[in-house]
Amino acid sequence: MNNSVTNTARLLWAGLRALLVLTVVCGVLYPLAVTGIAQGIFPGRANGSEIKADGKVVGSSLIGQAYNLPLKKGQETPEPDLKWFQGRPQNGLGTNSVNTQYSLILSGATNRSGDNADLIKWVKDAKAAVIKDNSVPGYTVEPADVPAEAVTSSGSGLDPDISPQYADIQVHRIAEKNRLPVAQVQKLVDEHTDGRTLGFIGEPRVNVLELNIALKELVAKS
Amino acid sequence: MSPVLAGVLQLLALIAALALAYRPLGDYMARVYSSDKHLRVEKWIYKGIGANPNAQMRWPAYLRGVLAFSAVSVLFLYLLQRVQGHLPGSLGFTAIDPDQAFNTAASFVTNTNWQSYYGEQAMGHVVQTAGLAVQNFVSAAVGMAVAVALVRGFARSRTGELGNFWSDLVRGTVRILLPLSVVAAVVLVACGAIQNFAGIHSVGQFFGGSQQWNGGAVASQEAIKEVGTNGGGYFNANSAHPFENPTPFSNLFEIFLLLVIPFALTRTFGQMVGSIRQGYAILATMVTIWIGFTALMMATEFHHHGPAFDIAGGAMEGKETRFGVGASSIFAVATTLTSTGAVNSFHSSFTGLGGGITMLGMQLGEIAPGGTGSGLYGMLIMAIIAVFIAGLMVGRTPEYLGKKIGTREIKFAACYILITPALVLVFTAAAMALSTPGHSMTNSGAHGFSEILYAYTSGANNNGSAFAGLNADTQWFNSTIGLVMLLGRFVPMVFVLALAGSLAEQKPVPATAGTLRTEKPLFTGLLVGAVLIITGLTYFPALALGPLAEGLAS
Repeated sequence: MNNSVTNTARLLWAGLRALLVLTVVCGVLYPLAVTGIAQGIFPGRANGSEIKADGKVVGSSLIGQAYNLPLKKGQETPEPDLKWFQGRPQNGLGTNSVNTQYSLILSGATNRSGDNADLIKWVKDAKAAVIKDNSVPGYTVEPADVPAEAVTSSGSGLDPDISPQYADIQVHRIAEKNRLPVAQVQKLVDEHTDGRTLGFIGEPRVNVLELNIALKELVAKS
Repeated sequence: MSPVLAGVLQLLALIAALALAYRPLGDYMARVYSSDKHLRVEKWIYKGIGANPNAQMRWPAYLRGVLAFSAVSVLFLYLLQRVQGHLPGSLGFTAIDPDQAFNTAASFVTNTNWQSYYGEQAMGHVVQTAGLAVQNFVSAAVGMAVAVALVRGFARSRTGELGNFWSDLVRGTVRILLPLSVVAAVVLVACGAIQNFAGIHSVGQFFGGSQQWNGGAVASQEAIKEVGTNGGGYFNANSAHPFENPTPFSNLFEIFLLLVIPFALTRTFGQMVGSIRQGYAILATMVTIWIGFTALMMATEFHHHGPAFDIAGGAMEGKETRFGVGASSIFAVATTLTSTGAVNSFHSSFTGLGGGITMLGMQLGEIAPGGTGSGLYGMLIMAIIAVFIAGLMVGRTPEYLGKKIGTREIKFAACYILITPALVLVFTAAAMALSTPGHSMTNSGAHGFSEILYAYTSGANNNGSAFAGLNADTQWFNSTIGLVMLLGRFVPMVFVLALAGSLAEQKPVPATAGTLRTEKPLFTGLLVGAVLIITGLTYFPALALGPLAEGLAS
């Protein structure tokens, strides 16, 4: 009996020592080494791919933002600022509920199923809004023109991209609101469209923040 | 190019990359576990542990090593979270509550990485890198050690000796997981994954004002999270978060990482038992199931059956624009057929049948190709069941790789395949029968049931992905899923090691004309059938109530 207790204790002690040694290797040396290499070779990317406009950091090319008007009195959900290209809905994003000294954005999805009543309503409303907002005199958006990602929330809620189709149907609205020629805005979208990597990996996309920065420059020039 | 064609081409590129890595990595791992030389750094580690790496262990000693190391790991990780408020580098984050800390400790030690917490607001630098990421390495190394012990059971004769647990643990970590992770982490940073210790800081926005971001050692954790088939995200959105998985290429690369070791281990197995072709037969079984599931998933997701998807014109809810439907389907199948559980898109918002495919993938026992190590030993257990069934058909004592599958062996194998379904179904039934657990559901009806079935399936099979509408941060779910993860990991390991010990003691039986040729396509077919039928019969009633009901109704 006594013997087995000592043996167990000895075994657990060996286990603890193994864990501590491996913690030093995998939990201290490894992340520090990778950080050293990353900060040495790719400092911009390792620190979040920040992008600047007019000398100021305006976000990350990887993190989607909302382009909304300020909340009016009594409003609960802000209205989109239609002067700018709009990204995807972000119904899955949350705010932090613990450690509330910060105001963090919690990435996440809605996790609603295809037959969920909330999701059906969100998608319907979003589709109606996309059609209404982007139909301007002389240009009507048909329901079939609206791509799926324009009316659904992404997995992270922080999707920085939209499909070229969604950017295209916003062109007439952007041109009208900013008093720019349609062709000029369309050219801007085309310049900011990325195809699939190597022609087949992923999906074609337009980075909304980069597009809006370019749009801002265009508006300032004209 | 159509999205469907792009999806198929991505799958083909993935197969080509895995095929290129198969031989060199598989042979390398066989040498790692067979060599009698120790690296200098390993000798230092053995000195630190105070263990003799050359001492051979019989199965009870090997098992005691596994259990002692894992028990200490659970306790250490639990305490680390409980004292987080007092640790430096914790960003001011406070201690994790006891039930959640237990759940998370059990989760990461069992290679599950189920997360009932939000990474962004709960875990500081120290817990993430020195706690969670360390378990990403060692839990994967433990899985590989147990798999290698079973392979030695087949390879050795007239001995009970299965190798040395400490040596297998350290070698797996130092020679396999660490080098792969360093390379992978640097590639991920090059794509845009972050790697810094900036903590929480403010960054400007397009409209002025600022947003708060978490900085952290994300790429280094992401790399081992995939290589070790762990799956616990630094952020809540896991591999859908652009800082974890920034580009279409990084996405394909991450899928490659989570599949490469489990597939290559079949080569290691073939090398160690002295017949490469036996390894190919196991590989062929895994590949058949994996490609079949991926094809089914792409078909259902591109077809996007379901009211909300019909209105939207595509199943893009919970999926990122840069990945699209194709790459999200490939990821979802790879992560649930391995024990990874990382997600680049949210399974709860897949079509009804698509969600069912993710669940069935886990319920097969995660063996195609499965987790690092656990996939191989799980599939070898199924191979034993398959030769047993074949033996019954022709009325011969079954044998596999020159070892008789007698009463003792088949009992261990049968216990192994019963334990996980029992855990899943009993706890799902209990949660449904009680009144409060149901309050955690986000969706109602069949999908609500699926949320709970998915949770226990994911826990017992050590996957870690979720139908994340379920609010799992309750005392009931934290404690029961924690328990299910521990039982689902370590009870099967007991049977695997006992089986390994029993096989190693046998003397080999010479192959005769009546021996089932287990390296032939016929056996692969038999094994695929055994896997699908045994699991299908076990889980079919539960699946019919959840994903099948949802998929067929809409």
